[in-house]
Amino acid sequence: MGFHHFDMSKEENLKKLEIDSTLYETKLTSKYLNRKPVPIKDPRKLTAFIPGIIRKIHVREGMKIKPGDNLLVLEAMKMENIITSSIEGRVKKIYVKEGETIMRNHILIEIE
Amino acid sequence: MSLAQKIFELFKKKEKIQTGGGQKALDKQASMGKMSARERIKTLLDPNSFHEYDLFVEHMCKDFDMDKKMLAADGVITGTGTIYGHPVGIFAQDFTVAGGSLGLMHARKITKIMDHAVKLGIPLIGINDSGGARIQEGVNSLAGYGEIFYRNTLASGVIPQISVILGPCAGGAVYSPALTDFVFVVDKISKMFITGPEVIKTVLGEEISMEDLGGARVQTEITGNAHFFSNSEVECFDQIKRLITFIPWNNNAKAKTFPPKSPKDNYKIVNIIPPISTKPYDIRNVIKALCDDSDFFEIQEGWAANIVIGFARLEGDTVGIVANQPMVMAGVLDVDSSDKAARFIRFCDAFNIPLITLVDLPGYLPGVDQEHAGVIRHGAKLLYSYSEATVPKITVILRKAYGGGYIAMCSRHLGADFVFAWPTAEIAVMGPEGAANIIFRNEIMNAPEPNEMRKLKVQEYTEKFANPYIAAANGHIDAVINPGETRDYLIHSLKISVNKSESRAKKKHGIPPF
Repeated sequence: MGFHHFDMSKEENLKKLEIDSTLYETKLTSKYLNRKPVPIKDPRKLTAFIPGIIRKIHVREGMKIKPGDNLLVLEAMKMENIITSSIEGRVKKIYVKEGETIMRNHILIEIE
Repeated sequence: MSLAQKIFELFKKKEKIQTGGGQKALDKQASMGKMSARERIKTLLDPNSFHEYDLFVEHMCKDFDMDKKMLAADGVITGTGTIYGHPVGIFAQDFTVAGGSLGLMHARKITKIMDHAVKLGIPLIGINDSGGARIQEGVNSLAGYGEIFYRNTLASGVIPQISVILGPCAGGAVYSPALTDFVFVVDKISKMFITGPEVIKTVLGEEISMEDLGGARVQTEITGNAHFFSNSEVECFDQIKRLITFIPWNNNAKAKTFPPKSPKDNYKIVNIIPPISTKPYDIRNVIKALCDDSDFFEIQEGWAANIVIGFARLEGDTVGIVANQPMVMAGVLDVDSSDKAARFIRFCDAFNIPLITLVDLPGYLPGVDQEHAGVIRHGAKLLYSYSEATVPKITVILRKAYGGGYIAMCSRHLGADFVFAWPTAEIAVMGPEGAANIIFRNEIMNAPEPNEMRKLKVQEYTEKFANPYIAAANGHIDAVINPGETRDYLIHSLKISVNKSESRAKKKHGIPPF
């Protein structure tokens, strides 16, 4: 874990930060440097919104699906979450197996 | 039995309970690098000032063979004492007694001393070192926590409440410190979290150590839950003692006045501020150049360092200082810095501490992460707390004061009593670069040499608007002052503000954007 300690007496480690087209010389916090880019949601790529275990997979690769179709069951915090599709298409690839423990944002299913 | 025998009997009874969980448990506590609860109280308070109450309180649990167990003082020591002569109420959980676990009587001892502190109008210090709820007592233990939280809330803004985390403080237990005004943590000793590493591993499959999850550094640098970090318990107690000298006993009192002292000679404003407003400097040196004895007591130093908050004295009296820090993130306002300053402003307002605001910021931090983290809601807290505060509010604009940041940093428009600006101040809707790009967009785009034209227009804007005189012409600031005169202006403003009174519409309470 990167903790920031600023030695204010030294002018080193000064970086540029742009605010309203102006570049300021300053030190950047580790929180700022480690900020994660916000992912742009692609409805064709379903990812886990919470870490958990894949309890059941209702679809196979190549299957046609409609909006609202049940795709799989993700168990997390003792709750079974039914993951459904928001779009129409065909299951291109399934990235998980039943019983598999996955982390948050793990890709589950890709639809084409 | 003779009186002497009775007194001896009392002595023996007290002696037995005062060994807490027994020598073996005390040795174990020492081997973890921790003082015992009694040693902590003794180290923190003035010598021989501690007076203990409820030593003979016993738990009433009958389940799980608990009726056969005597828990010394029910695992918590309570009483009153003094710090540099200032009275305080205090409790210290004793980890050597059933892991400092909280049962109903343990909690009742705490709530009793809390009630005392509120009635007497004296600060309360809570030393937390507890494994959590006493499971054997079931819902009674939860009742105990709830009764503490309720009192923390009612005491908020009435007496200063200080929490010291000197061991584990997990689960619901964290919410008592979270409701108090100042939280002190010690490296490698303090641990705070709602759900521990074990639960996180079982439920989420994520592995993390207790230290990385909720250790002292995490709480002072990442979460902002704690206000003061130290390397040892002794250092921690020194910080608490210092804090006590800056704050009043209660909301009807003023902090103690000390003999006035000049700032130290080696802090000179003219040597600190770079002439170019995009170059950084450490704002804390400016604070030290302004305050008595250059003695600045910073709060939450490690978290949201782009804003600096803390106590200092001007001509002997405590002031709360809020200042942008150009050295970190150019001093921008963001989610964390707004939270940090807003809460501090409310503390100062509740406890009659005048606010000094030093402004040098380019505005708000842009970014999707900030917007999605709720910079609107969090930023609003700063506006709210400044506007709400009725203590004397004095603002000095050092260099940049652009856009929403200018308004937020205790501008005249949010009720500042006095606003002063240095000749280096740039009070404008945004920096010259940004403004020129928008205002002269067409002229720049259509020019044969757009870059040359942009430079020209930026210069034109800078000369016309990047100064304090337009704001002064509109009466938004009261005086443009020589930086060297700042301390004089501050002291004079404070002196003439001692009887400041402001009436507001009657209400039960406001609804701050929590």
